[in-house]
Amino acid sequence: MQAGKMTPFIKTGAIWAFVVLELIFFSVAGEFLSLSDKAFMDLDNMLLLLKQSAPIGIIAMGMTIIMINGNIDLSVGAIFALAAVILLDSMSWAIFAGLGDWVIPVSWALALLTGVVLGAVNGLIVWKTGVDAFIVTLGSMLGFRGLVFMYNGENPTSELNWTLVDFAEAQFLGLHTATWFLAAVTLVIWYVMTKTVHGRNAYAIGNNREAAVNAGIRVGPHMMINFMIIGFLAALSAVVFYSESGSVNPNDGQLYELWVITAVVLGGTKLTGGAGSIVGTLGGVLAIQLLRKGLGHIGADTETVNLVIGLILIAVLFLDRQLNLKGKEELKT
Amino acid sequence: MATLSKQDIGKILARQGILIAFAFFIIGFTLANGRFLSPDNVMGVIRSSAILGVMALGVTFVVISGNLDLSVGSMMSFSTIVVLDLHDKIGPALAIPAMFAMTLCLGAFIGFLVGYLKLNSLIVTLGMLSAIHGLTLTYSGGQNMDIADKDGTWFDVFGQGTALGIPVPILIFLALAALLGIVLAKTPFGRKVYAVGGNGTAATFSGIKRARTVFLCYLMSAGCVATAGLIQASRSMGSQNTVGQGLELEVLAAVILGGASLLGGSGTIFKTVIGVLILGFIQNGLLLVGLQFYVQFVVTWIIIILAVWLDIAAKRGKLWSNIA
Repeated sequence: MQAGKMTPFIKTGAIWAFVVLELIFFSVAGEFLSLSDKAFMDLDNMLLLLKQSAPIGIIAMGMTIIMINGNIDLSVGAIFALAAVILLDSMSWAIFAGLGDWVIPVSWALALLTGVVLGAVNGLIVWKTGVDAFIVTLGSMLGFRGLVFMYNGENPTSELNWTLVDFAEAQFLGLHTATWFLAAVTLVIWYVMTKTVHGRNAYAIGNNREAAVNAGIRVGPHMMINFMIIGFLAALSAVVFYSESGSVNPNDGQLYELWVITAVVLGGTKLTGGAGSIVGTLGGVLAIQLLRKGLGHIGADTETVNLVIGLILIAVLFLDRQLNLKGKEELKT
Repeated sequence: MATLSKQDIGKILARQGILIAFAFFIIGFTLANGRFLSPDNVMGVIRSSAILGVMALGVTFVVISGNLDLSVGSMMSFSTIVVLDLHDKIGPALAIPAMFAMTLCLGAFIGFLVGYLKLNSLIVTLGMLSAIHGLTLTYSGGQNMDIADKDGTWFDVFGQGTALGIPVPILIFLALAALLGIVLAKTPFGRKVYAVGGNGTAATFSGIKRARTVFLCYLMSAGCVATAGLIQASRSMGSQNTVGQGLELEVLAAVILGGASLLGGSGTIFKTVIGVLILGFIQNGLLLVGLQFYVQFVVTWIIIILAVWLDIAAKRGKLWSNIA
């Protein structure tokens, strides 16, 4: 009984222990290897790290729900790009010309709506056809990307609105706007997953879909809502990121799905569904960003980041399995 | 007897849906542009599909054994970069076997993790996608690789040469497809691959070494990737570090389009070749009709979903899913 209660705690704790370990390692190693005079743990550096975690982190929160549900979404990078294109392009539409700066909330709403609609398309196909989410979103990853290209060819879409840039670059209580968004999303999704019926249903469906059906949970609509949530979050991530940068290439967001899934798996969420936590995912997101920044700080080539993250992902998978095997053996004896 | 009931028609449509759709596409494109079915164009399409096709052959084995391989794209970049680099250092005759050995080592590593350590193949190959990409960049220092003396080498034969009037990439693709088709359909190893993917527990109980079978599947996949890398390197004689990026999902799309189930246990080499050709011809047809290359993304999306949907609809006997 005790072991059963301890294991989830150890699992969420592990990623945070890893984050702390990274902090210590890069601080110490930075003293000897870094070319810059600044310490790694410098406040500005850490604030920047949080800000840079936001685009991946916001999507990762949605991916956690999807994966707890036993599904996966490979199309988030394409949704991210399409939402960004809609955001920047709609600001110069003629019908909004008279709005002045009020065009910003309208464009935001349009971009977020795009994300929700694309997510709903994924969810509806998964629900109605019964095709595995992996295949559905693999297809829509291509399809949505095609839509991005069809919208504006191979040209970048640009629109700089200084009011918007000021807002995106602002710092409130020291934290950047993007960080606030990440914090808010984390808090809301955490609340949904731990305190609401929707969250409990997500775990139940991921654990045992048949049992969930028998218990009266409507699996189809539930999954569709989750796909709409991740679509919304992918669009929100684009809104936060492109409000500042103001220009989007049709290839932007490629491989985001892989980064996001890596972060979620590092955070302890099971691919098979039924287990995972938002707090763990946040740890996974920070761990990846720390690694990227830290390796740069100690002068390692940026290339090594990919290598290290890939190997860490596999190592985590291996350790997780060993832990599980050990747990099962303990239950037997 | 001669009358087909509505259900029968539905079944035939579902079973052969991909081929029927393919036929419609071909007729449509031919009507729209007479050049579509000219020998030159057909040859061109198969030739440009060869690299994707060779990779898809190996991934077919992995998918039938019930696993996934998302690392083939970055592994292909790796092989291409390595063989181009070694070409100038130790000559093509040594560079090719050296590149194959290195790529097979990567395949063996993945096979060990998925086969013997029984780790989830999606995550392992996702990790390897990233890791091999890093490895390639570290190897090349982020620089593009080029062969210095492009005219004084026979290395271009694999990508640009012709034999018997047929481009060599096509010959390699077809020969490899025939060989692997026989291995999969006619040998004990092939039957083991189906058994492991169909029902792993039952396979283990009937004395099949699951771990070794999976290991060998990844090894074959790596061999195919190395061949694809060789063709790519020889065709372009120079390459970026990201040449194979994104190919893993196109390869998977071709394999799924061919009707292999991601759950394992079904699929054939012949169907994968059809899947590869469908992707190639649609891409080419859309270009010939005058549409931009990115329209094919949307078309591919619709085709993949429809293909898989019809397939499972035929299996469960009704169109819409049972999900409440």
